Amino acid sequence: MTGFLLRRLLGLALMLVAASLVVFAVMNVLPGDPALLMLGTGASRATLAALRHQMGLDLPLWQQYLRWAGGLLRGDFGISYTYQTPVAGLILARLGVTLPLAAMSIGLAVAIAIPVGVVAATHQGKAADAALMGAAQLGVAVPNFWLGLLLILLFAVRLGWLPASGFPGWSGGLGAGLAALLMPAVALALPQAAILARVTRSAVIEAAGEDYVRTARAKGLAARAAIWGHALPNALIPVVTILGFQFSYLLAGTVVIENVFTLPGMGRLLFQAIAGRDLITVQDIVVLLTGSVIVVNTLVDLAYAAIDPRVSLAGMPGRDDEG
Amino acid sequence: MRAIIPSLAALAVAAAIVPAVTAPAWARDSVSIGMTLEPPILDPTAGAAAAIGEVTYQNIFQGLTQIDAAGQVVASLATSWSVSADGKTYTFHLAKGVVFSDGEKFGCDDVKFSLDRARGKDSVNPQKALFAPIASVACPDAATAVVTLGQPTASFLFGMAMPAAVIVAPGSAAGDKTKPVGTGPYMLGNWVKGDHVTLVRNPKYSGKAPAMASATFRFIADPAAATAAMLAGNLDAFTLFPAPEAIAQLKADKKLRVEIGSTSGKIIVSLNEAKKPFGNLLVRRAMAYAIDRNAYNQAVLDGYGTPIGSHDVPGDAGYVDLASTYPYNAAKAKQLLAQAGYPHGFAMTMVLPPPAYARRGGEVIAAMLGQVGIKVKLVDMEWAQWLSQAFTHHDYEATIVSHVEPRDLYQYANPHYYWNYHSATYDALYKKYQAATDPAAQLALWGDLQKQLAHDEPNIFLCAMPKIGVWNANLRGMWKNALITVDIVGQMSWAK
Repeated sequence: MTGFLLRRLLGLALMLVAASLVVFAVMNVLPGDPALLMLGTGASRATLAALRHQMGLDLPLWQQYLRWAGGLLRGDFGISYTYQTPVAGLILARLGVTLPLAAMSIGLAVAIAIPVGVVAATHQGKAADAALMGAAQLGVAVPNFWLGLLLILLFAVRLGWLPASGFPGWSGGLGAGLAALLMPAVALALPQAAILARVTRSAVIEAAGEDYVRTARAKGLAARAAIWGHALPNALIPVVTILGFQFSYLLAGTVVIENVFTLPGMGRLLFQAIAGRDLITVQDIVVLLTGSVIVVNTLVDLAYAAIDPRVSLAGMPGRDDEG
Repeated sequence: MRAIIPSLAALAVAAAIVPAVTAPAWARDSVSIGMTLEPPILDPTAGAAAAIGEVTYQNIFQGLTQIDAAGQVVASLATSWSVSADGKTYTFHLAKGVVFSDGEKFGCDDVKFSLDRARGKDSVNPQKALFAPIASVACPDAATAVVTLGQPTASFLFGMAMPAAVIVAPGSAAGDKTKPVGTGPYMLGNWVKGDHVTLVRNPKYSGKAPAMASATFRFIADPAAATAAMLAGNLDAFTLFPAPEAIAQLKADKKLRVEIGSTSGKIIVSLNEAKKPFGNLLVRRAMAYAIDRNAYNQAVLDGYGTPIGSHDVPGDAGYVDLASTYPYNAAKAKQLLAQAGYPHGFAMTMVLPPPAYARRGGEVIAAMLGQVGIKVKLVDMEWAQWLSQAFTHHDYEATIVSHVEPRDLYQYANPHYYWNYHSATYDALYKKYQAATDPAAQLALWGDLQKQLAHDEPNIFLCAMPKIGVWNANLRGMWKNALITVDIVGQMSWAK
């Protein structure tokens, strides 16, 4: 277990260095000058040079990289070119939107998918199964941004129950904050829930055919209890694996959904930072996202051990390359 | 009259319903305004984004002069001024009793500081050119500022009304990017980055307290989200509404008012004259004849734009209508191309920045040029790449862009500008305009400049960008037209 964690930690450090080098190189190869974006088409050459000097953009590239990476090591994320404030503060404020949004959508996805998957599995081949899996098929096919727009049209424009977009901030009260996140969370969760429900269904069907479920039934356990108590726990490994993958998709999904609902989250910050060539902010966020994906994958592996005592982490060297 | 009565009835019904579902109208003293882009910083003297001016101009910061709703230069921190006979010395009489929102007293030393800072060596002012004519700034007393110019400059007072020329204080200027301190009726309340900026009344403001206690500017980039927010009543106003296709739907909503006005945006096909064959006047004129501006206006701006024939807009006091200089005529275009040595046309590449006027417009323009044998390859670019490649390195043949700076004819006298237009005739005319001290002579010369550009057609002038404003029918004080993008909250109020 300790060896596994140490290897994972080393992997994390190497991945972060690689990610920082790649994102730095890509952002600097992309055409675009942060100073010019700031000062616009009326700026003179001398003004641009003055601003580039202020931003440290006139230094050689390797020095710019070392300045940034060295800062990260000390926990200093640097100053945003666009907003001219510390990036750490910007990211922290945005996490206050994106993390609750991600948690809400994962929670919703699981809460919908597990019962749907189990019910479909126990009614395999019947009308309920066909209806639920038909709905799931639709859910997989529907893009989340389109679903988001439909939700806005129905609940904000037509019914007026929820705000159409934006985020009042948590200082505006928990209720108002949750209300602002509800539609985006649903738009993110439904397509994820559809995939998860299909995986749950097939995993439960497979587990239900195993000997131990038959034995449990033979010993007199009710069908319902045998499924929920014995088949489902054993079906969870593929479900948790998919959930881990979905976390990465969720991060990508927030970029789109936060733009549709104009939420001030990490995804929109990243999107705006790329368009505005806010190099430092883009670099910081990419490194942070890389780190969080690796951490989540590690958690998924730890979850395997918790779900199934037969899984030994020490014996899983091959899983290190997954992050 | 009969037509008015039902609409009045509808208004009355709307007025009866609106207070029931939202906050009571009589108690409201706040306004929420939508804008597509977030200001990166709140200091208009340090960044070019129009969004900075939209939030701060006349709300937080004030200049010596200001632009009013009619596009005229009027008094602001300078209550009056006189100009010497040779046009070089401007004596500004400053408003008395004015205090910055941090309690600092406003006086001539702030004017001197602001102007010297903007034209100084380390200046990062986005419009540094506005201050180039200044030779010196003197303060005979705290309420008088004397600005001496190197040569007469007809555009000087207009320039001093721009957001980049607002007056800042020596003690607070460095922090203005995130904590703006100005002399206006409002100051920064809070700023939730990525979502909104809230302005609140400045308790130290020396003038009459404005009707609105606070104003919230919300950033909504997506046109569909902007439409939904207006229809759902989450926003009271959207000064530059980004979805012309939704106008019919918004007009049908009696709670909303839609006003189509003009901006100073000039949509043009910029041609790089350093690249063949765009240095050839016959080719440029042929392209001008080949493009149907009315069709472009209908297809791209839903008919809300105004076709133009030179680099100025109808909202400007000195505008001359030259839109019919090259009326749509494909046969004439082909004839000119043949005369220029391109009887079978030629192939060219056009780079397109993200806005619809360029992306959607590019398809329309390419089809029109295709009709006369000019084969256009379209290449999409995001702004950062466009600014770097086309604008800075002049690595392009043609592009479509809206030039939003008001009265920016000086760019045609700038030999380094990205379209590489060089004309001794135009340069001489521009010098003559700047040297003119008589307002009538200035106006006449301003017209001559536009005519010279229409004659030379350095770029193909398409349309003036419409200002599509949408706001709550009970909101007063919104501008229909605007040479610069502003939301003057101090002028806004709710109808009783």
